[in-house]
Amino acid sequence: MARTTQEPAVSEVIPSRPADPLKTNPRWSGYAHLLLARMRELQREPEVIFWIFVFPVLLALGLGIAFRSKPIDITEVAIISRPGATRVLDLLKKSPQSALIHADILSAPDALNRFRMGKYALVIDPADSYEYRYDPARPESVLARSLVDAALQEGAGRKNPLTTSSRATSEPGSRYIDFLIPGLLGMNLMNSGMWGIGFAVVDMRQRKLLKRYVATPMRRSDFLLALTSSRMVLMLIEVGLLLGLGVLVFHMRIMGSLVAILLLGVIGAISFGGLGLLTASRAQKIETVSGLINLVMLPMWVFSGVFFSYERFPAVIQPFIKALPLTALNDALRATILEGVPITAQAGHLLILALWGGLSFLLALSWFRWV
Amino acid sequence: MDVAIRCHNLRKTYDDKVEAVRGLDLDIQVGECFGLLGPNGAGKTTTIEILEGLLAPTSGEVSILGRTWQEQGRELRELLGISLQETKFSEKLTVRETIGLFSSFYRTPSSPAAILTELSLNDKADSWVGKLSGGQRQRLAVATALVGNPKILFLDEPTTGLDPQSRRQLWDILGRFLERGGTVLLTTHYMDEAERLCDRIAIIDHGEVIAQGTPAELIAQLGAHQFVEFTLDSNQDGLNREVWLSLPGVESIRDEDGVVCLNVREAAETIPALLSAVQQRRARLLHLTTRQASLEDVFVGLTGRHLREE
Repeated sequence: MARTTQEPAVSEVIPSRPADPLKTNPRWSGYAHLLLARMRELQREPEVIFWIFVFPVLLALGLGIAFRSKPIDITEVAIISRPGATRVLDLLKKSPQSALIHADILSAPDALNRFRMGKYALVIDPADSYEYRYDPARPESVLARSLVDAALQEGAGRKNPLTTSSRATSEPGSRYIDFLIPGLLGMNLMNSGMWGIGFAVVDMRQRKLLKRYVATPMRRSDFLLALTSSRMVLMLIEVGLLLGLGVLVFHMRIMGSLVAILLLGVIGAISFGGLGLLTASRAQKIETVSGLINLVMLPMWVFSGVFFSYERFPAVIQPFIKALPLTALNDALRATILEGVPITAQAGHLLILALWGGLSFLLALSWFRWV
Repeated sequence: MDVAIRCHNLRKTYDDKVEAVRGLDLDIQVGECFGLLGPNGAGKTTTIEILEGLLAPTSGEVSILGRTWQEQGRELRELLGISLQETKFSEKLTVRETIGLFSSFYRTPSSPAAILTELSLNDKADSWVGKLSGGQRQRLAVATALVGNPKILFLDEPTTGLDPQSRRQLWDILGRFLERGGTVLLTTHYMDEAERLCDRIAIIDHGEVIAQGTPAELIAQLGAHQFVEFTLDSNQDGLNREVWLSLPGVESIRDEDGVVCLNVREAAETIPALLSAVQQRRARLLHLTTRQASLEDVFVGLTGRHLREE
C-alpha cells in the first residue's frame, strides 16, 4: 500500500536546508505548546468527551428524574371481606381524605398475603371493632394507619376542634438533586483528575514519548505544569456544565459565590491530579495503572457521600471517611453551593485536600520514572 | 579535528547481573558518520542511550562536544537531536503539530515548515500521526530530532523494518545533514547500511567493541576481498579442506551446511584451478558464486556467527 503513494525523491525537493537564521523561542513556548497539544488530543478523543462531560450530565439527569419530588402517593388499603366491609368502604369514601386512599375488599388470606408482599400498606379487619394490621417497620404502613384512622373517624362524623389546612411544598435546596449535583461534581473532579493525569502519563511512558521528551531540552516542570493546566481548563467546563444543569433543569439555587466554588474546583482538581500523578509515577503499563486508579478511587465512590450521605456508615469508620479527599471536597462543595458557607470557614476540608494533593505530588516527583 | 563523542571504559550492569556494556571506548570526530554495528542484544541501544544522557553508566566516562552530562546536561540537550529505537508519537496530533511541539522545546529551532519540506512530509503535514505508514513515521521521528538544529544526530536503528525505498530516503536525509557538517551516531544491524552510510564503524558483540575502523579497513583485515562459494553433489571422496586450501590464492575456508566458502585474493585466479580439481575427482558442481567481501564476513570471521542469527 505504501508503494502506491510514491513520494518525490527527497533530494529533488530542496537542495539544502534553508539557512535563514531562525527566531529564538521565548521561555514559555514549550509549556504553551505542551498545553495546546494536550488540549487538542483531548478534544480529538471522543471517549474523553463522553466520560468527562456527557456521562456526569446523563447521570445527573437520570438520578434527578428518578428521585424527583413525587406527587403525594395514594395509600393502598385492603379490607377483609366480612359483613362490615362495605360500611368501611362507604365511610372512607365519605371522608375528607377519600382522594388519598384507595381500598379493596378481599378475603382474609388474600389481603394478608398481598399486605406482606407490599401491595397494601394496611389491612382493615372490620370484625367487632375495626382492627388495623400494620407493619411498624414500614414507614408507609405507619402513615397509612393514622391516615385511615382519621378518615374513618371523620367519615363517621367526628368533628375536629381545630380547623387546619395543609399545602405541599418542595423547596429547592433540600431535594435529592440538590444533594446529588455537588456530589457528582466532586466525583467528576476525582475521576477526571485521576484518569486525566494518571492514564495520560503512563500512556506516554509506554509509548516512550516521555523518554523522547526528556531527550529534548524540554523542562520537566513545564511538562507537569502543562498537564495540570489542562486539568484546570477541563475543570472549568465540568463545573460550569454540572452547575448549569442544576440551575437550568432542576432550578437549583446556588447559595455560595461562584469564586468560592471555582476555588474549590481548583483545589480539588490539583489534589486529585497529584494523586493521579502518584499512581502513575512508576507504572510502565496502562493495565497496571488502570488497576491502581480503580483501587484508589473505589473507597471514595463507596464512602465519600456522592450518592447518599456518609452519615449512614457506622460511627467507628467516620474518622476514616472524613479523612478521604473526596469526602472533604464533597462536604466543602455542598457547604458552599447549598448553604453559602464561606471558604474561610472550611479550613478543615481545605487542609485535608491540600495534604493529600501536596504529599502525593512530592512523593510522585521523587518516584517519577521519566525514561 | 574536534571530538564530538568520546567515551572511555564504559560499563553498564543491570541489577548487578546482566552486563550489557563491558568496557567500551569510542572516539567520534565532528563531521563523522559513525555506526555501531552488531547483532540484537549486543548492547548497542544501551550504549547509545548512555551517550544520549538517558541512562546512567555503571562506570566510565562520557563527554559530548567536550561537555559532560552531569555538568552541562541542559546545554547538551540543545545541541543534540535524538531518535529513539521506538517512539509512538501521539496518534491524534498532526505531523505539523508534532514537529511544532518539538521545535518549541529548543531555543533556536528550525522552522517546522522547512523541516516538513526537507523530510518530504508536506503531503502528510495535516494528517494525524496515527494514519502514517512506517516509513513516514520514521521520517517524522528524524524530523523531531532535526528540528532543534542539532550538531549531533543520534539514531537508534533508524531503518529497521522499513522498505528499501524508505531506507534510501532516510539515507539521503542523513547524507545532507552530514554535508552541512553534522555528526551522526547510529546503530544498525544492517551491514549494507553501515557500509554505505558510515565513515567509521565499531562492531559490537556482547557489550564490547570487537573491531573498529572504516568499512574498507575492516574488510581489508580479512586479508582477501573476494569469496568463492560452491556446493558439490554428495560424491566428494578425497575432496577435503586441504584440497581447497592448496588451490592458488585461497586464504581461508569456511564450511556452512555443505556450502564451501573460500576466502580468496582474486576469484579469477582460483576458479580455473577449482574447476579442474572438481573434474579430476569426478565430482559434480551444483552451484558456484563469487562475491565481494562484506562487513557480514568481517563479523562472521570475528565471531563465527552471522549478524542476524537468532
